[in-house]
Amino acid sequence: MTIMTDAPAVPAPARTLADRLRWALADGWVITRRDLSHRARRPAMVAVELLFPVMVVLMFAYLFGGGMTIPGGGDYREFLMPGMFALTMVFGLEATFTAISTDAARGVTDRFRSLPMSSSAVVTGRCAADMLNSVVGLAVMIAVGAAVGWRWHEGPGRALAAVGLLLLLRFALLWAGVYLGLVVRNPEAVMAMQILVWPLGFLSNTFASPATMPGWLGAIAEWNPMSATVAATRELFGNPGWGGGSWAAQHASLLALAWPLVLLAVFFPLSVHRYRTLDR
Amino acid sequence: MGSTRHAILAEGLRKRYGGTQALAGFDLAVPEGTVCGLLGPNGAGKTTAVRILTTLLRPDAGHARVAGFDVVRQAEQVRFRIGLVGQHAALDEVLSGRQNLVMFGRLYHLGAAAARRRADELLERFDLAGTGDKPVSGYSGGMRRRLDLAASLILAPPVLFLDEPTTGLDPRGRGEVWQAVASLVAAGTTVLLTTQYLEEADRLAGRIHVMEAGRVIAEGTPEELKSLIGGDRIEVVVRDAGDVATAAAVAERVAGARPDRDDDRRRVSVPVRDRVAALTAVASALQEAGLPIEDIALRRPTLDEVFLHLTGHTAESAGSSGPMGPAEPSAAEGTAA
Repeated sequence: MTIMTDAPAVPAPARTLADRLRWALADGWVITRRDLSHRARRPAMVAVELLFPVMVVLMFAYLFGGGMTIPGGGDYREFLMPGMFALTMVFGLEATFTAISTDAARGVTDRFRSLPMSSSAVVTGRCAADMLNSVVGLAVMIAVGAAVGWRWHEGPGRALAAVGLLLLLRFALLWAGVYLGLVVRNPEAVMAMQILVWPLGFLSNTFASPATMPGWLGAIAEWNPMSATVAATRELFGNPGWGGGSWAAQHASLLALAWPLVLLAVFFPLSVHRYRTLDR
Repeated sequence: MGSTRHAILAEGLRKRYGGTQALAGFDLAVPEGTVCGLLGPNGAGKTTAVRILTTLLRPDAGHARVAGFDVVRQAEQVRFRIGLVGQHAALDEVLSGRQNLVMFGRLYHLGAAAARRRADELLERFDLAGTGDKPVSGYSGGMRRRLDLAASLILAPPVLFLDEPTTGLDPRGRGEVWQAVASLVAAGTTVLLTTQYLEEADRLAGRIHVMEAGRVIAEGTPEELKSLIGGDRIEVVVRDAGDVATAAAVAERVAGARPDRDDDRRRVSVPVRDRVAALTAVASALQEAGLPIEDIALRRPTLDEVFLHLTGHTAESAGSSGPMGPAEPSAAEGTAA
C-alpha cells in the first residue's frame, strides 16, 4: 500500500497576510489556467464562439445595412460596430453563467470549497479567464470592424478609453453571471438566461433610435446600461450615433461609467455572499 | 496538532433549513483508523452532517472536531486533512483525468512537479494510467468515481468522507469503488461512509450509525445491530397484498413475537427461537388459514430488517431512490439530487 505512505507532505497553511495574498493569486491562476486548458482542448468551440459575432456583423453590415439610414448621413458600418462590440460584451454573461452553474451543479464548486485553497480564487480565477476571453473576442471584433470599413476618428487615446468602457461593462455583467450561476446552479437554464440577456441587448440604441420607439419602450432603451456604453463608445470612436435630447442620451459617458459601477456594487457582494453560503 | 483518539467527534450538531430541522442533536465519535457507516433514508440528515464535518456548512449549534481540529474555527487545518467524495463525481469533464489531478494538487498547494508526480502515482494506483490523458467526459461511471476518489487522496488525508459513493453505479462500478475503499482502510485511513445501501454498510463499515430525522437512533457493529432484532427469523411472502395483515397475525400467534411487515413486498418476518419447529408451525398455520404463500424461508436477519425494525419503514420506501441490498442494483437511477 504505497498510496498513503508515499504521499506528499502536507503543505503549511498560510500564516501571514502576504502568504494569503500570494496563494489567492496562485490559486486564482490555477483556475484561470483551467479555463485556458478547456479552450486548448476544444478549439472548434472556441472558433464557433469567436465566429458567431463575426457572422452577426457581416449579416447586419451586408444584409440589413443597405436598408438603414443613419442620422446625419453617416456610414452604417461605422454606426453599427460600437453596438456590436457592446453586444459581444453583454452576451459574454451567458458564458460566465454556464461555467459557474456547471461547476456548482456538478459538485466541483463543493470540492473547491472543501480544499485548503483561497476561497476567493474560484471566482477571481473565473473572472480573469472571462476577461481574457473577452479581450480576445473584442480584438477579433475590432479586426472584423476594420475589415468592413469601420474606423476610429478621435485618436488612439479615446479609442482605448472606449475599449475600456466596453470591458468595464463586461466586468460588471460578469458578476451578475457569477451570482445567477451560483443561485440557479443549472447550466441548462442558460436558455432562460438568453431570455434575459437578449432584450438587454436589443432593447437599446444598438440598432434603432429610442426616439422612434413607443414612449415607454424608448425610455427603457435610453436608460438601458448597454445603451449608455454604446452611445459613449460611439462618441469616443467618433462614429455616428442617434444623439437625442434626453438626460440619459446627453450624459451617456457618465452613465457608461456609473451603470457598471452600480451593477458591480450590487452583484459583487451578492456573489461573494452566495459563494460563502452556497449551502442554503 | 491536537492528538486525539477520535478522528471525528461531533457533539450536539444542529442545523435548520427554513422550516426543516436537518440535524437535531447529532452526535458521532469515530475512532482513528476505523470505518463508520452512516445509514439512513434520504432526508435523514446524512449529507448535512457530512457537509458540516467537511467545513462546507456551519452548524447552528454544537461543535465538531475532525483530525483534531475544530471544523468552524480551524476550517483550513481541517481542509488539509480531509478528502471528500460527494454524491456526484466532482470533476472537470473537459479536462483529462491527469489534468484534473494536477489542478487539484496545485490547489492543495503542491508545487508543479510534486502535483504532476502525485497525479501519475494516483492514476497508476487506481488503474487509470491508460486513460489518464483522455477527457473525463468519456469515462465510465466507475472510472469517474475512482478518479474522484483519487482526487480526494492527493494529500493522503487521515480522514476520508464518502457521501453515497456508489449511488448510480452499476454493480461492477460499485465493486471497483468498494475495493479501492477497502484498501485505503487497510492502510489506516479513517472513513465516514454514508449510504442508503445496507449491503455497502455491512461490507465496508466496522460500526454503523443509523440516522433518522437528524439524529443517530442506533449504533453498533453490523452483528450487534442484527442481534437487536433477535437471531433467526422466518420470512413469509404472501401472494396477495391484502393478506399481509392476516399473515402477520398468524405469525405473531404461532411464533409469540411481534413481526415486522413490509407491505410493498408483501412480506412478513418474525423472530423465532426453535428454528425448525417454528418453520413447520408457521407453515401449517398459514395453510390452515387458507393464505396463498409465494415463499417461506428461514433466515438470519439482514441490516434491511434492522432498519425496518428501528425506523418503521424500509430504507427503500423512505428514500426517493436507491435499490436495497443485493437484490436489484440498477445503474440508471441516482442522478436526481
